[in-house]
Amino acid sequence: MIKFFLMVNKQGQTRLSKYYEHVEINKRTLLETEVIKSCLSRSSEQCSFIEYKDFKLIYRQYAALFIVVGVNDTENEMAIYEFIHNFVEVLDDYFSRVTIHNSKEQFKPPSAKLSEGGTNEQHRVGKAQVLPSSVHTCCV
Amino acid sequence: MPAVSKGDGMRGLAVFISDIRNCKSKEAEIKRINKELANIRSKFKGDRALDGYSKKKYVCKLLFIFLLGHDIDFGHMEAVNLLSSNRYTEKQIGYLFISVLVNSNSELIRLINNAIKNDLASRNPTFMGLALHCIANVGSREMAEAFAGEIPRILVAGDTMDSVKQSAALCLLRLYRTSPDLVPMGDWTSRVVHLLNDQHLGVVTAATSLITTLAQKNPEEFKTSVSLAVSRLSRIVTSASTDLQDYTYYFVPAPWLSVKLLRLLQCYPPPDPAVRGRLTECLEAILNKAQEPPKSKKVQHSNAKNAVLFEAISLVIHHDSEPNLLVRACNQLGQFLQHRETNLRYLALESMCTLASSEFSHEAVKTHIETVINALKTERDVSVRQRAVDLLYAMCDRSNAQQIVAEMLSYLETADYSIREEIVLKVAILAEKYAVDYTWYVDTILNLIRIAGDYVSEEVWYRVIQIVINRDDVQGYAAKTVFEALQASACHENLVKVGGYILGEFGNLIAGDPRSSPLTQFHLLHSKFHLCSVPTRALLLSTYIKFVNLFPEVKGTIQDVLRSDSQLKNADVELQQRAVEYLRLSTVASTDILATVLEEMPPFPERESSILAKLKKKKGPSTVTDLEEAKRERSADVNGGPEPAPASTSAVSTPSPSADLLGLGAAPPVPAGPPPSSGGLLVDVFSDSPSAAAPLAPGSEDNFARFVCKNNGVLFENQLLQIGLKSEFRQNLGRMFIFYGNKTSTQFLNFTPTLICSDDLQANILGPTKPVDPAVDGGAQVQQAVNIECVSDFTEAPVLNIQFRYGGTFQNVSVKLPITLNKFFQPTEMASQDFFQRWKQLSNPQQEVQSIFKAKHPMDTEVTKAKIIGFGSALLEEVDPNPANFVGAGIIHTRTAQIGCLLRLEPNLQAQMYRLTLRTSRETVSQRLCELLSEQF
Repeated sequence: MIKFFLMVNKQGQTRLSKYYEHVEINKRTLLETEVIKSCLSRSSEQCSFIEYKDFKLIYRQYAALFIVVGVNDTENEMAIYEFIHNFVEVLDDYFSRVTIHNSKEQFKPPSAKLSEGGTNEQHRVGKAQVLPSSVHTCCV
Repeated sequence: MPAVSKGDGMRGLAVFISDIRNCKSKEAEIKRINKELANIRSKFKGDRALDGYSKKKYVCKLLFIFLLGHDIDFGHMEAVNLLSSNRYTEKQIGYLFISVLVNSNSELIRLINNAIKNDLASRNPTFMGLALHCIANVGSREMAEAFAGEIPRILVAGDTMDSVKQSAALCLLRLYRTSPDLVPMGDWTSRVVHLLNDQHLGVVTAATSLITTLAQKNPEEFKTSVSLAVSRLSRIVTSASTDLQDYTYYFVPAPWLSVKLLRLLQCYPPPDPAVRGRLTECLEAILNKAQEPPKSKKVQHSNAKNAVLFEAISLVIHHDSEPNLLVRACNQLGQFLQHRETNLRYLALESMCTLASSEFSHEAVKTHIETVINALKTERDVSVRQRAVDLLYAMCDRSNAQQIVAEMLSYLETADYSIREEIVLKVAILAEKYAVDYTWYVDTILNLIRIAGDYVSEEVWYRVIQIVINRDDVQGYAAKTVFEALQASACHENLVKVGGYILGEFGNLIAGDPRSSPLTQFHLLHSKFHLCSVPTRALLLSTYIKFVNLFPEVKGTIQDVLRSDSQLKNADVELQQRAVEYLRLSTVASTDILATVLEEMPPFPERESSILAKLKKKKGPSTVTDLEEAKRERSADVNGGPEPAPASTSAVSTPSPSADLLGLGAAPPVPAGPPPSSGGLLVDVFSDSPSAAAPLAPGSEDNFARFVCKNNGVLFENQLLQIGLKSEFRQNLGRMFIFYGNKTSTQFLNFTPTLICSDDLQANILGPTKPVDPAVDGGAQVQQAVNIECVSDFTEAPVLNIQFRYGGTFQNVSVKLPITLNKFFQPTEMASQDFFQRWKQLSNPQQEVQSIFKAKHPMDTEVTKAKIIGFGSALLEEVDPNPANFVGAGIIHTRTAQIGCLLRLEPNLQAQMYRLTLRTSRETVSQRLCELLSEQF
């Protein structure tokens, strides 16, 4: 099961976070700092999976943007790894080019894909099917 | 559906955002925001009613301001108003604001819930979708209370649109995760299972997630999902690469759905033969596809394909019943071990680790040993190396232990600091477990201390000493080896500890050699003394007094050392005390007394390796334990080797009463532990605390389990004492005779058995005990009767603690007394019809407890029958339509109530699994009986 989903830039700032398990706000900041630190310090030769406390981090880098997913240990790492890519492709389709910028569109990424801590396959082409919904954007 | 269309954009918002963007300073930004807030406030308060568009625009601005990190204390009402708009974009912004900003105890919650209710009933799929998303995003208990009953209805209604079903399934999943008690199982469950057959793959995917989570808690309720999942999987696997249109991802048909279906199947044991055949075909097809040339060169294609493959392998491992598939899985992973993708190598090592614990594939895994060792040496990523270490540990057995331990040791020299301690523990465990030759064991551990002394925990060196003490064949060698190792100019403190202890006990074995004469040994140890910490110095002082006993010729030298100011007036009170006492002991005591006081340590009782316990603790209880348990079973099967110490966790490192004295924590071997028999001075020092009950004796847990189905037999036995039991139970009363046999020829003094019950237990079972004679003659047996009454149902068992003095030593033994709930069973015979009628009456979910578990003993029908009868219930023949199943019935008698119990045991010979179901009128009783009985097979 997916515990949280983070988008982070290379400077270590959280750009988007979504939690599927209750974590207190002040603990989130701490968690995000640590998670980001462990991802940023890795080289491209290293694998994309990190054991972190009692869960696993799976991350991918897109230019200056890191997407990090925290999952419990029964989750299929490869499926999540590729899901991140699928997610980015959908974002790309939807917004034509994925950048983290400060626009109102930020309010409406398609989070139906990520619903409730599980990957939920979506049409990659039928973007109209993607229900815009709320992804809590962090302060930009 | 209106998504982001340019014409709909809110110009005012865009302008505001770009204003903020253009702010040069923080102050300018705050100024701009305050201006905007004032503007919005005045608009909201104004006389003129705002139209939906303006409201939406201002709410959006507020949301933006909130996301910039400012507090918003108004506008909630306007957002709630937006919920009842009929325009999608207005409603959407309303819901967005609510999800982000409204907390559950807001007074607006009633209005919000009302709006959600209206949308759920609107039959407009878009509105229903928004409402469901809002419920899921907030996901609070209050939301669950308000809507958990409604959503299942929407989910299974025939006329619900696909997209809404999808949202409803995920929303329900979210609510179930936060408040499982508020989502009642019911008629809808069987209909949810049929969503696996839905035409819309999105619905199937969402439903699979939901069912998987529900099935983990309620396996019985959802077991029909197995065959549906298999047939759905089979359709996906056999479909052509483009059949599934949008759900085909780079030529892989529905990869994530396949993964989810395979995961769902892992909630259950292997299915019935018919379904199983089909499943095996699917799994074979997935394995075959891995060998086919890829349909696309894109990495996305192979990633998706491999995701399915890894999940399929997990399922194969979970079932652990198809040798053919297991070996194929292993070969496939073997290929990945040399793949150029680091991710694949990592995952292959990880999966192979679980494969190694299956008896079918253990040998196949072993063939990859060279590749894995190579990975350990060349892999650039520490997490991959860590996996390689895990795998080597998992594949280790008698045949390759020496090679693996050697490789791990050599890796240790360069290993990353983060994983050293774990490697040290693993090496120590493997060396002990597979040591044929104990000289090899001693060498390995000393090497370990030499290479990574800082990472060698206390447990490791305690264990070496336990083993050396218990095996006389290795004592001389150990003494010689530590003596040589101590010659090194710089050696680790742990080595000094081991050296000090071993030379103190067995230094005499090498004293004949002039190169290791007593005086040389002493000087060697004493040369390290000043570099060591206080506990080590304390240990060395004990070694010195042992030397006084072993080698009278060095007595003078040692007395001089003890007498020196640095010892007698040491600032550390422990060291000072030892110096004073040992000096005194060496002067006043005769050689006979010295020899008695400083007699060689008695062998340590066998117990669970403290190192293993440490590794388990380090890794968390779940993963490693299972692996260990599996390995333990296997090592017995495959190697026929000696069974490692019993796994009773309660027996972890039994501290001896005087351990605290040394400040060594829970140190099992007590370096200075001469029996306090004589030497008036010492008795005070070693005064033990008879009030403290000993932890449970090793093996007590096993013995306890044996007594669940029988009433008479030997409960405990060691070199001194035997405890036998004879008991009878009628209805809620019982009487137990406990026989204590003194196996020695010496009298036991102060013999006091006490029954320790927790307060809880005390209230539930009453057991007055008559005291026994405090002196038990050598070879004699005394008897004690315990009367028991079961007042109400209970789960714990009382502990019998026995304390006595034997030859001046204080002995303390604790065993669990097998008084279990099932002893108060009265069998009830009934016909098939009656049985099923009662079975149905007990259909409340709390009344049923079920457990699915692997057989620990051979599955013999007659033995099983005997156990069920021994358990106390009646065995009902010809009741279950399936003759292989066992059913039983009985009544538990307590003083206050009689509790009817029905049980059903379904063996699955092929999988070597059992499913045990208990239905009784009381939840706690079902639970306890299920625990007790499931341990028996």
